Formats: sequence, C-alpha cells, structure tokens
Amino acid sequence: MTITELMPFSVLVPLIASLVCALLPGRFWPWAVTLVATITSAVIAAITLPAAAQVTLSYAFGNWPPPIGIEYRVDAANAFVALLVAGMAAVALPWAKKSVDREVPERQGAFYALFLLALSGLLGITLSGDAFNIFVFLEISSLATYGLIAHGSDRRALLASFRYLIMGTVGATFLLIGIGFLYVMTGTLNLADLAERLPEVRDTSTVRAALAFIIVGMGLKLAMLPLHLWLPNAYTYAPSFVTVFLAGTATKVALYVMLRFVFTVFAPDWSFVVLPLSTVLMILAVAGMFAGSWVAMFQPNIKRMLAYSSVAQVGYMVLGVSLVSIVGLTAAFLHLFNHALMKTALFMAVGTVIYQVGSGHLKDFRGLGRTMPWTLTAFALAGLSIIGVPLTAGFVSKWYLIQAALDQGQWFLVVLILITSLMAIVYIWRVIEAAWFQERPGNQPAVGEAPLALLIPTWVLVALNFYFGIDTRLTVGGATAAAEALLGGGMAP
Amino acid sequence: MMTVLSFFNYWIVVVLMMIGFYCVIARGNMVKKVMGLNLFQTSVFILFISAGKIVGGSTPIVREGVELYSNPLPHVLILTAIVVGVATTAVGLALTVRINEAYGSIEDDHLGDEDDGDEQ
Repeated sequence: MTITELMPFSVLVPLIASLVCALLPGRFWPWAVTLVATITSAVIAAITLPAAAQVTLSYAFGNWPPPIGIEYRVDAANAFVALLVAGMAAVALPWAKKSVDREVPERQGAFYALFLLALSGLLGITLSGDAFNIFVFLEISSLATYGLIAHGSDRRALLASFRYLIMGTVGATFLLIGIGFLYVMTGTLNLADLAERLPEVRDTSTVRAALAFIIVGMGLKLAMLPLHLWLPNAYTYAPSFVTVFLAGTATKVALYVMLRFVFTVFAPDWSFVVLPLSTVLMILAVAGMFAGSWVAMFQPNIKRMLAYSSVAQVGYMVLGVSLVSIVGLTAAFLHLFNHALMKTALFMAVGTVIYQVGSGHLKDFRGLGRTMPWTLTAFALAGLSIIGVPLTAGFVSKWYLIQAALDQGQWFLVVLILITSLMAIVYIWRVIEAAWFQERPGNQPAVGEAPLALLIPTWVLVALNFYFGIDTRLTVGGATAAAEALLGGGMAP
Repeated sequence: MMTVLSFFNYWIVVVLMMIGFYCVIARGNMVKKVMGLNLFQTSVFILFISAGKIVGGSTPIVREGVELYSNPLPHVLILTAIVVGVATTAVGLALTVRINEAYGSIEDDHLGDEDDGDEQ
C-alpha cells in the first residue's frame, strides 16, 4: 500500500469508528475506540506530511479519474493542517477520559461518535480536492459540533449551540452559493481544474460574487471579527473537552479553506486586486486583535476570556494572510499551528481547574496556585506562549509576523502587534494574580492537585509549546512549504 | 421585459433567499428562525437546479435519437445538499425542543437576559 492509498484512511478511520462507537455501551469502550481511531488517523497524517511536501498526492475515489470523480489532493498546505487537526485530537483524548466522565456522564457512546464525526469532517475538508465535497464535509463537522456543544451541562449551552447552528449554516450556505457560481461559470468542481479554467471567465461579476460569498461564508466559520459572535458562548458553555478540541482545530480548518480558495482557486494576483481584500482583511484583523484582547481583559469567566483571546489570535493569522507574501503566509500557518498548541494547553489547564473546583470563574481561582501548583504552573507557562515570550512557540509566530510586516514597511503593524501582546499580558496576569497573590476564601472547600490523567496531557502540550519555541524545524519548515504551495506554483499536477 | 422574464427562476431565488434571510435575522421565535434557514437553503437549491437546465435538453438518460441532455450533476449535488438541509433542520428543531424544556420559552430575545443571573 503506497502513501497515496493510505492517506484517505485518516478521514475514513474516524468515520467508520464513529458508527462503531455510537453502538457501544458504557464509559470505557467508546473512549478506547475513539482513542485508537484518532491515533491511527494522526499517525497516517504524520506519514503523509513528508511525502506531500515532496510531491502532490492525488487519490481518485472509486477509481473515477478527476476532474469527473472526487479526488483527495494533498500538498504541503493541507498535509500540514491535517497533521495539526489529527495530532491535536490525539493529544486531547487521553485528557478527555476523566473530564468527559464528569461532565457528560451518560450516553458517552453517542458523544464520542459525534466527536469522531467532527474529526473526520474536519480532516475531510482539509484533504479533499473537490469544492462540493468540502461543503459536505464542512456540514458534517459543523452538525457534529452543534451536537457536541449542546452536551454542555449548563442550559445556556443549548442556546449557544442553536445560535452557532444558525450562523454556521448561513456561513456554509454562503460557501455553497459561491461554489454554485463557480460551477456555473466553469462546469467543474475540482479545485485544481477550477484554478485552470477560471482565468478565462474571471472578469465577470459572477466570479467576483463567488469570491465575496466564499470569503464571507468562511469568515463566519473562522470567527473573523464582525462575524465572531457565535464563538465566545459556544466555547464557554461547551463541555471542557469539546472546547479543548474546537479551540485547536475548527477555526484553523476554516482559515485553510479560505486560503485554498483565495490563493489556489482564484490566484492571488486576481483575488487581491479585484476586491480590496488586503485592506479589508488587514482592518478586520487589527480590529479583531484589539477588540478580542480588550474584551478578554474584563471577562470574569476564564473560559470566555480565552474564547475572546481566540478571536484576537484569529486576527494575527488573518493579518499574516493580508500581507500577501511568502513570509506573511508562513506567519499565518505558523500561528495557526502554534495557537492550536497554546490555546489547547490553556483550555486544558482551565478544564482541569473546572474538574477540581467545579467552576471556571476568576474568583474560584483565588489561592489555587498553592493547592494546585502543577495545573496553574501549566496555565502560566502556556500563558507565556500566548503573550509571545522568547523560547515559546508564540514568540516564533509573532517574530515571523513582525518580519512580514517590516518587509512591507508597515512598521505601524509592528506597534499594533506589540500593543495587543501587552494586552495579553494583562489578561493572563489576572489569573496568575488571583491564583498566587490572593488567599483562598475560608468558606470555600479545600481542593488538592488534579489527577495525573489530566495533568500529563496538559504538561505534554506545555512542553510542546517550548519545544516548538526552540526547535522550529518542523513548524517553520512545514509552514514555509505550505505557504509556498499556496502562493507558489499553486496545485502542481 | 423578456430578459427579466427569462431569468424568472433566478428572481425567485433572490426573493426566496431574502425572505429566508430576513426570517433568520428578524424573527425571535426559534422555529421561525429554523424555517427561515430552510427557505434560505432551498433558494440555493433552486439556483443550482436552474443552472442544470439546458434549453431543449432532454432528461439525462442515454437513448436513441437524443443529442442534447440536461446537466444531471447539479441535481445530484442538490440531493446531497437537501440531505444536509434536512439534517440541519432536524438538529435545529431538536435543540429548540431542548431549549423549550430548559427555559420554557423559545423566544430568543428574552432568553439571553434571563441568564445573566446564573453567572454568579
């Protein structure tokens, strides 16, 4: 079996396992099946990345040759995102066992089945080379995500899920309209084929409308500033494990789809000229960085604070894209990867506190630094990464972002990046201050350190944050290859 | 006049889309929101199906004496999209039922304020 034949299995294994999982009773077996399926998928994604960086892999489903049949087409860009998604899921699952047992005590078979569906949907989006297939996988992962969010124990989880459903469906339908317009103009749905045929017809209002629809639709799923309203509530009220998983994967995949369309399908020399995309994205990105960080500074609920911080971090990624250069795109991909590492670690630490204390409120963090030193130290170290302190992963991506801005002489962007990093210090510091410099109120029950099953995965991620801050061969190499794949030759045959 | 009429189905698409979108945005009742969403999606289905029609084209079944066929691909795509739409509606309505059980109301406008109290 060659790597090309192996590659689709990273989508198929979770998809098939989800059916098995839905039928399993009890608490152990659904989790065990999910763990095995996720790790298998991550291993396949890890094998695919080096091969895809060399040459574009193409797998024709049912042996129908593309562009007629559905094709999985993997180059450095999607292999990088797929490895991120599957890898994050594989790291999060060992952590999930205890937290899910506490927060979703019943019908775990269905819960894990939804998780596997969401995972296989997200991987399907990244690997597929067919526009309509991307829409279908997007809806598979979105519908599973709505179900996962609704599992939250607070009743507001239902409202958050419903609102996400409304906004998410509008976003996905916008993508469908955009794909429809492209199909009408070119008669093909294969991304590589679209890229070839579009230049002949691209000076029409239909194609321009398609670009606008796809950007707005994906902006919704990506939580780009004015379209981010679903995200804070969804992240706050979802079960901790779901937040951990979504924070590292869902918005990243949406960003990838947007990049794939803007750069590969409508070449950047057209899409950034016909619409003032660069300016619009830059303004929205900077506004998102500021608004997200600003609101995060005043949130009493730490999960919601981190959710707003995610809105700000999406801003950094979009800012990298808006610079339209290899370095800028590299910074976007780097931050996509590094932000997944640090936000997952932070949400794990908060989820661990919720597991022990029962609440993620700032006032419940008081005095925890002494009773739960390992958990809170993990939070503080991951916090350093989100601020962008040297030797952490967060520093590497911000460094590239600043370089990209300087290359274009946009020094004011550097100032803005530094200011928002200072704002990150403020909101991370609030937690540290509460945990170490305030006494635990006497009327609160005493809490001890969290179980190792929660601590070890959290610390693995914290360690990865530092590892990728020092040894950047994998991340920078992968991100550069991804940026070159998008900006360079496009989808080489 | 004839150009307007010849794009009749596209006008319907636009009108339906706007009605659906308006329902989603303006209505507080969650069932109405889901129905608006449904209408919005349906308009896109019509857009795809309209694109598959070829003037003078026959049903896309290979047989003697027919040269021109309608394009069957949009129909196939929309079959999938209809399934997606049904699933979305089902999840939306299921959530509405659960929200009604939890809050005793499905008017979106009131539910947000009621909850600020539980934050403490």
